[in-house]
Amino acid sequence: MLDWGWLADHLGAFADRTVQHLYLAAVGLVVGFAIAFALGLVAIRRRRSYPPIAGAAGILYTIPSLVLFAALVPITGLSLLTAEVPLVIYTQVIFIRNIVAGFDAVPADVLEAADGMGYARDQRLLRVELPLAVPLIVAGLRVASVSTIGLVTITGTLGDRFGGLGFFIFEGYSRGFATEIAAGAVGSMVLALVVDAVLVRVQRFLTPWTRPPALAAERLPADAATS
Amino acid sequence: MEPDERALGNAAATVEFEHVTKRYDAGENGPGAVNDLSFVVPAGKICVLVGPSGCGKTTSLKMVNRLIEPTAGRILIDGRDISTEDPIGLRRRIGYVIQQTGLFPHQTIGENIAVVPRLLGWPASRQRERAEELLGIVGLDAARYRDRYPSQLSGGERQRVGVARALAADPPLMLMDEPFGAVDPIVREHLQNELLRVQADLAKTILFVTHDIDEAIKMGDLVAVMQNGGRLAQFAPPAELLARPASEFVARFVGADRGLKRMSLMRVRDLPLHAAVTARPGDDAADALRRITADPFPYLLLVDRSGAPIGWFDEAEIPATGTLSADAAVSMSPLFAPETTLKDALSMLLDNEVQAGIAVDRGGRVLGLVTDGDIAAAARPDGPAARPDAGA
Repeated sequence: MLDWGWLADHLGAFADRTVQHLYLAAVGLVVGFAIAFALGLVAIRRRRSYPPIAGAAGILYTIPSLVLFAALVPITGLSLLTAEVPLVIYTQVIFIRNIVAGFDAVPADVLEAADGMGYARDQRLLRVELPLAVPLIVAGLRVASVSTIGLVTITGTLGDRFGGLGFFIFEGYSRGFATEIAAGAVGSMVLALVVDAVLVRVQRFLTPWTRPPALAAERLPADAATS
Repeated sequence: MEPDERALGNAAATVEFEHVTKRYDAGENGPGAVNDLSFVVPAGKICVLVGPSGCGKTTSLKMVNRLIEPTAGRILIDGRDISTEDPIGLRRRIGYVIQQTGLFPHQTIGENIAVVPRLLGWPASRQRERAEELLGIVGLDAARYRDRYPSQLSGGERQRVGVARALAADPPLMLMDEPFGAVDPIVREHLQNELLRVQADLAKTILFVTHDIDEAIKMGDLVAVMQNGGRLAQFAPPAELLARPASEFVARFVGADRGLKRMSLMRVRDLPLHAAVTARPGDDAADALRRITADPFPYLLLVDRSGAPIGWFDEAEIPATGTLSADAAVSMSPLFAPETTLKDALSMLLDNEVQAGIAVDRGGRVLGLVTDGDIAAAARPDGPAARPDAGA
């Protein structure tokens, strides 16, 4: 049975570790996205570079995370860098594929019209292609967020200064205390679900045109009255 | 002013192709290739490029806004070689409409229409006003459509928005690449008529690509028929194209029914009208009979005081003495307005089982008679339809 008293006594620590968890995940996601976006743009502009870029990201993704942490410690020590490098690396394959797929999904007629009306290359990228790629990019962000939030727990192997909610898993394991392990695991899962739900909202906000037409049409007063 | 924002100088531009050639790897007869194309489109005219698929018509169009660069030759807009201009600035001064519309799914209809004004840096309020004005011009209610997204519109509505977007910055030249190719025939005809109506007011220079010869004949002031390898088979007004196809290819392409097509280009006002022998109720019958006997057409047309037709008297029905009575007049003929097409006129004659119709002016007064024989004669290749200015 769970030790509810222990949980009640540790709510403050829980809050602190949740914040740390989010911070560690956010740093990995932001840095990972920045790198993947740059690589994705290279892949879009120079199509031949896409297979090697995606291939390399895929191979990195297959490295077991514990091994990666262990391999980095002799080089970068028990530092934030050691915690973040694997997180960043594991986002790459997800981000790059979705970013490229997002840009590929922009209809050819839209690109032709944009060129024909006099969009310069960078204007077209920022104002036409990027907004239309958002649904698939956010889809990638959701997958990467869930996976990164899970991975943050493993940064607990680097010591008490890391791990987020994973700290409780490692500490509970060493003490043989099931309540603490469960608290860390369930907390991490709930965090992932909450972040995912927030991102769904973010995408709806960013892409109003993807709302079902019927719903959007209801907002038009003339429609129902005249037809 | 930045050079990019400079207007081309007038409301419509002249476009000249000078020995324009485009070769692809597939060789000079490969799809999309263009071979030594030369023609001039005068300002304010619609020039239709028509031909089978792969004949280079779309390639030719896209060379005008430099989406494709020619291998050789030059294209001049108002006398200026476009290869010396910045392509981005050039495109912003040329309206562009494509078959799949290319509307931006993530922008509202209002934002879509204002794309080029936005690129040109117009103030937001002016962009909005212009978008609303253009929605009205293409027949869409601004309040109802402005804030919708393209996915919420029908194909025909999207295509109208595409035309409105191309007109947004009031370009002197519009390029339209099969603009109505993706909508059903009824909507297409409606959109064609709307474009002709808009064009009657705006008088833009329009280059219009289609593979549909009927559309070419209907829309074009001038038609450039292209054949495979991007060669110009004929460049002429539609009536001349139908009356005198320059080659076997053109004759086949315009179709075996080109006499019928010519009839849809020509109007009653293009015909020499026969004078009708007319009389009014109460006129002397014997005098009328004398006049009708002298005329090769043995019918008398009774008209009222204003000159509007009432009905016919057959020679045999005219009494030898007394006066003519409106009650005795029988069987009216179909009435034609001067702008009635010969195709419609002939159809009305056939439906009414008569040989002659009456051309009347706006006030309903008799202008003269049109017989089925006149229509047939006019539709022959050496008929008046072959005049270069007919149908223009």
